[in-house]
Amino acid sequence: MAENYTSTLESALNWARKYSLFSYPFVTACCGMEYMATAASKYDIARFGAEFPRFSPRQADLLFVVGTITEKQAPALHRIWVQMAEPKYVVAFGVCASTGGFYQNYNTVPGCDQIVPVDVYIPGCPPRPEQVLDGLILLQKKIQEGTTWVQRRDRGEKHGGEWVTPRPRQPGHLPIIS
Amino acid sequence: MSKADLDKLVAQFPSAIVSTHSNCGDDTAVIRSETLLSVMRWLKGSLGFDFLVDLTAVDFLGRDPRFEVVYHLRSMQSGSRLRIKVPVACSEDGPNPAVDSVISIWPAANWQEREVWDMFGIKFTGHPDLRRVLMYEEFVGHPLRKDYPKEKRQPLIRRDYSME
Ligand code: SF4
Repeated sequence: MAENYTSTLESALNWARKYSLFSYPFVTACCGMEYMATAASKYDIARFGAEFPRFSPRQADLLFVVGTITEKQAPALHRIWVQMAEPKYVVAFGVCASTGGFYQNYNTVPGCDQIVPVDVYIPGCPPRPEQVLDGLILLQKKIQEGTTWVQRRDRGEKHGGEWVTPRPRQPGHLPIIS
Repeated sequence: MSKADLDKLVAQFPSAIVSTHSNCGDDTAVIRSETLLSVMRWLKGSLGFDFLVDLTAVDFLGRDPRFEVVYHLRSMQSGSRLRIKVPVACSEDGPNPAVDSVISIWPAANWQEREVWDMFGIKFTGHPDLRRVLMYEEFVGHPLRKDYPKEKRQPLIRRDYSME
């Protein structure tokens, strides 16, 4: 089914999915403060159906990558993405997660899209809660349209699960990502 | 700030001292690396510098000796501070430079020496477990050396975009 074809049932399913996002905040740096502000009562991300941060990736379908990702963390981030429930979506929260931000050094991943497929990028250092909500609404729009990465992969437009480990791994240290 | 501790150190180990200064009240002594352990043991035992505040290094690329290991000491009794610097030479593609480990004097030096090894590639003789502490084991080189390429990256994993 290569063409972008959406049945009524799928449309109803997507409608249900976009209003019941369970987020997993992968918080590594200062953007976490703004994530908390977004989740707390003043900006209240619950109004958009993304109410409940789950701190287990197995119970989440929306991965918020919040903050700087280092090369050493990259295998852990990828493993979390693999563990999440399908269909899953990824939001890069802040410029560090989107592009590496102002870091250009030996240890910062230049954007978490090098590790996991990102659906929505939210710029800002850190982004204001309004921007985050805007990004969430954009994600909901993409889910309804069926244009997130996982939905396109399920339609056969993308291939998933192909990862490369450029450096030879040495036994006895970090777990091997397969 | 009194220079008393610095003066006592100079009087006790005149041959170990390369230079001293007290810029802005920061008492500093540059000492020769062979004398490091005996000087440090005396500083802790006789002058009461029981707190190793920080242990770090500086890379003066192009200077000989190239590296300098810096120890910041504090006495919890008198409150005085002292900075000890040890120049460490490094030949161009010779083995890693080395200084004596001060773990036997301040156990807190353990991870700080590992960090200096990780970032600058300075070996600490006598360290029980000199592994990288911040970078991953697969990392090649020492990133805070001035000759480490600024934009060089050594990723552990990457997405294969050619598959999409
Ligand atoms: S984008 Fe700015 S606020 Fe967010 S993690 Fe990076 S440095 Fe911190």
